[in-house]
Amino acid sequence: MKVRDIIKILDAKVLLEGDLDAEVVTACGSDMMSDVLAFVKDQSVLLTGLMNPQVVRTAEMMDMRCIIFVRGKEVDPSVVQLADQKGITVLQTRYRMFTACGLLYSNGLRGGCEGA
Amino acid sequence: MSMLSLKYVVPGDDFTRAGEASSDVKHKLKQLGYDSKAIRRVAIAMYEGEINMVIHAGGGEAFVEISPEEVEIQLVDHGPGIPDVEKAMQAGYSTAPDNVRSLGFGAGMGLPNIKKYTDELKIDTEVGKGTTLTMKVFAGH
Ligand SMILES: Nc1ncnc2c1ncn2[C@@H]1O[C@H](COP(=O)(O)OP(=O)(O)OP(=O)(O)O)[C@@H](O)[C@H]1O
Ligand SMILES: [Mg+2]
Repeated sequence: MKVRDIIKILDAKVLLEGDLDAEVVTACGSDMMSDVLAFVKDQSVLLTGLMNPQVVRTAEMMDMRCIIFVRGKEVDPSVVQLADQKGITVLQTRYRMFTACGLLYSNGLRGGCEGA
Repeated sequence: MSMLSLKYVVPGDDFTRAGEASSDVKHKLKQLGYDSKAIRRVAIAMYEGEINMVIHAGGGEAFVEISPEEVEIQLVDHGPGIPDVEKAMQAGYSTAPDNVRSLGFGAGMGLPNIKKYTDELKIDTEVGKGTTLTMKVFAGH
């Protein structure tokens, strides 16, 4: 699917528009950036309930296409700003982690980690 | 022959700024048209090291040498040092306090991850004096 499809599936609010036509096949849901850095293989989508600048930094280092902040958490504009000019789309969804991951999985996204 | 020498101060008192140096290096490598796989490996390894300097050592300095063949990164801190490097290299070993875990780090995966993504890694450390990480990533590997 494309990043723009995620917006529809998760009824998400777009906080920063990156490359909406970027093709994504895998995703990872985690609040531990350590694990994301260690286990995620592909350019993919990051779903997280964590809200600090290191979420964006982690996505940036891993060439991720899209960050999704789950459960409608207020996102600090300075955090979003860090993703600017890097092609990363930043979304916010009211769904909780489990539901957001489930919705994306049932629409075709797969696990992007070692051992899936 | 070096294409570019870079130096950064990594502040130890501001977690929100951790990763600025790695981000800048990534940006510069892109501008140089460096091999994208090597860029990703450099970015992840340097970022892990930069985060370590901030959460374990009160900050430090980063020196980066970019040549067409390789990127060498040296991370120098004057923190507490690592008493048992072999143990620190094990996946899952971490002395990070709970507040670091609530920030999304402290799984004990950083050093093993640096090892995985670099072609060479040297750790010079002395308890009470500090730690220097020297890592190399070869282009086109
Ligand atoms: N620069 C450093 N100065 C002092 N101790 C360090 C330094 N870097 C690593 N360590 C020690 O080595 C341990 C393992 O480091 P590693 O990066 O693998 O895990 P972590 O930083 O604890 O967690 P993670 O990297 O998963 O967020 C740390 O918990 C710490 O005790
Ligand atoms: Mg670490």
